[in-house]
Amino acid sequence: MAAEAPPHGAADALRLDHAGIELGSRFIWRDVDLRIVPGAFAAILGPNGAGKSTMLKALLGVLPLSEGTISVFGRLVRRGNDAVGYLPQRRTFDADLRVRAVDLVRLGLDGARWGLPVGRRSAEARRVDEVLEMVGAHAYARRPIGELSGGEQQRILIAQALVSGARMLVLDEPLDSLDLNNQQSISALVRRICQEGGVTVLLVAHDINPILPYVDQVVYIAQGRVVSGTPDEVIRSETLSRLYGTPVEVLRTTDGRVIVVGQNEPVSYHGHDH
Amino acid sequence: MITRAALQGPSWDLLADLQLLLQFHFMQNALTVGTIVAVLGGAIGYFIVLRGQSFAAHMLSQVGFPGAASAVLLGLSPVVGLLVACVAAALGIGGLGAGVGAGGRRESALIGSILAFSLGLGLLFIRLFSGSAQAIYAFLFGTILGITDRDVVIALIAAVVCLGGLAIVCRPLLFASIDADVAAARGVPVRLLSIVFLVLVAVAVAEAVQVVGTLLIFALLVAPAAAAQRLTARPYLGLALGVLLSLVFTWAGLAVAYFSNYPVGFFITTFAFATYLVIHVAVGAGAARERATGASRRDVA
Repeated sequence: MAAEAPPHGAADALRLDHAGIELGSRFIWRDVDLRIVPGAFAAILGPNGAGKSTMLKALLGVLPLSEGTISVFGRLVRRGNDAVGYLPQRRTFDADLRVRAVDLVRLGLDGARWGLPVGRRSAEARRVDEVLEMVGAHAYARRPIGELSGGEQQRILIAQALVSGARMLVLDEPLDSLDLNNQQSISALVRRICQEGGVTVLLVAHDINPILPYVDQVVYIAQGRVVSGTPDEVIRSETLSRLYGTPVEVLRTTDGRVIVVGQNEPVSYHGHDH
Repeated sequence: MITRAALQGPSWDLLADLQLLLQFHFMQNALTVGTIVAVLGGAIGYFIVLRGQSFAAHMLSQVGFPGAASAVLLGLSPVVGLLVACVAAALGIGGLGAGVGAGGRRESALIGSILAFSLGLGLLFIRLFSGSAQAIYAFLFGTILGITDRDVVIALIAAVVCLGGLAIVCRPLLFASIDADVAAARGVPVRLLSIVFLVLVAVAVAEAVQVVGTLLIFALLVAPAAAAQRLTARPYLGLALGVLLSLVFTWAGLAVAYFSNYPVGFFITTFAFATYLVIHVAVGAGAARERATGASRRDVA
């Protein structure tokens, strides 16, 4: 599966050239050149407000670039691309939301289509069953989404993102509202989808530690600029100090966790305990 | 006119009762429009409840009051006034950017302001109508027993257009109502849909006002759908169930009112409220029991 070649031979899963986004006469980031190869597990890191979610919205085609180009699997981005599955940043669904989880997954398949759902629908139902099985959500898929726990909702949303045959999974802080156990199991699930399904993963994270063992590439956004590379290349004192333009220290604990400490301002997004 | 029917009274012969019910033209019209409105209200109501836009529906019904009153002053059918005023208000709040994120704070403030203004207008019309308290009363509590043949035709056309529109947008609307961010990324025009939906609500409200009046609108637009969503979490089944409940409330309300000489609106709202209450309590108790056993099952596993 992982060997499935992209349509244009060596087309990158994600590619930005001289890209920039201006919001309210201020560039969030600009002059960004970035490549992510198909099948990679990439983490997008950076302080709050640096433009991590903005980058996701740009690659989803929801927010247009102010300059440069951005393409996904060799094609310029557009909304409603079946190849991209998206999990937005959120806390949880309203407990009163009386719609079954399986219906939510189904909407990922045909929710953008007009008209009543008529005719033979067994192929769609099978596909929904398949992804529910893949994410291990079969047991609670018939319950209302609002009654499920945060971890269960996250699995359902991953199923929804994958159901249309996505080759790229885009997740905005999927681990943020979860306890440690669920952080680990959701991270492991995303890694499995990446490795076994050959799905490219772009995951915005607040804290890199739960996913550090799985990450192939780190995209670090700060001060309107972006650096990218392997975790060891990017998460080190010299690289981050250069990016921030101020001394930053990267500490490694004995159990392999990474803590980033700023000198002038606290860089609070890594290594906080849960 | 009801008194004569009430004198004859209902029997246990349902067929004879039905013949009694339908012996007058005004009752035939009432049942026809009641049925049309119940189907429309139940279907649109499903999405009103899902999106948490009950307050918007309430506001639209209040706007309908001065709309209908001004139409009567101009010598037009009140239904036309209702439709024009409600649709204009829906486009207004949609155009001002409200109703996009369902049930947002900004929407509440805007809707509250429009609500107050339309009630103020209503006050003016009460003065202008000083000769006819009956007309005011009809707008506030419904005119179901005074429906003309022309009103029936207008109601039917409006309902067919409205349900047709809902059938076209139902899946993207469901998607946008549950998960606007993902729907937008998947290519659903979320903002446009929210405006289209408000217009559909406006038409349903304008129709429902005829049956239960502006003050009792929730009985047909919110209560059946809310009860249906407590009963099932399957979207299309919930929608159908909401329509069914709405029909039952309307028919039962009309029939009981016919034989009892008390107002239709009272009975429809009472049946709707009682049903909602029973379902809410019963389902709540069932869910609590299920959670308890489910939790213990998980503990064992």
